[in-house]
Amino acid sequence: MIAALLAIAGQTARLQLRSGGGALVGLVFFLAVVVIIPFGVGPDLNLLSRIGPAILWIAALLATLLGLDRLFQDDRVDGSLDLLHLSGHPLELIVLAKAAGHWLATGLPLVVAAPFLGLLLAIEPLALGAVTLTLLAGTPALTLVGTVGAALTTALGRGGLLIAVLVLPFAIPVLIFGVSAAASVIVGPAPFLPPFLILVALSLISAVVAAVAGAAALRAGLD
Amino acid sequence: MAGFRLIAEALSGRRGGRTVFEGLAFAAGPGEVLAVTGPNGAGKSTLLRIVAGLLAPASGKVALEPTPEAGIGTAVHYLGHQEALKPSFTIAENLGFWRRLYAGTGDIEDAVEDVGLGGLSHLPVATLSAGQKRRVAIARLLVATRPVWLLDEPATALDAAAEAMLGGLIDRHCAGGGLVMAAIHRPLPVEPTATIALGRVSP
Repeated sequence: MIAALLAIAGQTARLQLRSGGGALVGLVFFLAVVVIIPFGVGPDLNLLSRIGPAILWIAALLATLLGLDRLFQDDRVDGSLDLLHLSGHPLELIVLAKAAGHWLATGLPLVVAAPFLGLLLAIEPLALGAVTLTLLAGTPALTLVGTVGAALTTALGRGGLLIAVLVLPFAIPVLIFGVSAAASVIVGPAPFLPPFLILVALSLISAVVAAVAGAAALRAGLD
Repeated sequence: MAGFRLIAEALSGRRGGRTVFEGLAFAAGPGEVLAVTGPNGAGKSTLLRIVAGLLAPASGKVALEPTPEAGIGTAVHYLGHQEALKPSFTIAENLGFWRRLYAGTGDIEDAVEDVGLGGLSHLPVATLSAGQKRRVAIARLLVATRPVWLLDEPATALDAAAEAMLGGLIDRHCAGGGLVMAAIHRPLPVEPTATIALGRVSP
């Protein structure tokens, strides 16, 4: 069972990396958004360092949505989804394994890139660490919420924009607590830990919800 | 698992709100080849998907006895119209994935050899022809042992030699105590032990 789930996660991650469309595009998009903002905001370093964490978070949220529409759709089109149903492993765990593989290929690179891009936004070293930590704890929640959207739109031909519309409202709590934890380090005086722990809790809750809801959506989409 | 029976009773299938077949009953055991025939739209694919558990029957039931713990799906290899292969992965990677997922023990190189693609397992599936992809999909039946093969027009895109190869593999599977149920338009290279002829039940 563990080997099978690792195989699914590994295949999903490698598909994202190899097809070129997924992981790299998300990273380039993340880079583009973060690099463009300072030009729009102007050369006010204080302002930039204050809104920097929020920019990184919003860019990460939008970058996460890219490529999600193909998470289950490719499998449905090429017939793999039928065979996954027949594998005998719980569909809930298969959904989680797919989400894990997707996060490894698309979410983790964003987390790794965040400290370097934070430099462009004049974020201080300590705050940089805080933003990266919140992204590490929060991007799984974004991917997992997105997984439900991907499962729901599997049967539709092109679900890209629909996923964004479905997922964004549910991503707002993640965004709020992620940004407030990171901002607390910069502007204070609120403590870092409470919003950070809520962020971790959101990731854990969305893992449960994504497994159940994603599997239910895939079952309903069988035909 | 020797001594199993695949039993269907009063089975009806619906597709797009239309009953495509009803009152179907059949039973088969190890070593048998069930051919499913009928014109386009007669419900051959629907029947196979119902047997695999991918679709719910409109009424009646189909069961494998003794029922496997994790459902009928775990005893079944389903070869549908799509090959379920990832274009950017090599043949060996594709087969390796399904082998791990299905907890198979078959040798990948042997399976590739058996379907006549020996020496090509390092090629990405995107570079293969339709018939070669079909052969790789057939090789998947060999890397994990499952007693029931559900084949939906397995000979599509295959050349004469590959059809004979498929016949040989079906023979080998049946001799080893397996059951094959195949939806076909042209006769199989293997003589079926029973034929389920589907017609149009209702307009």
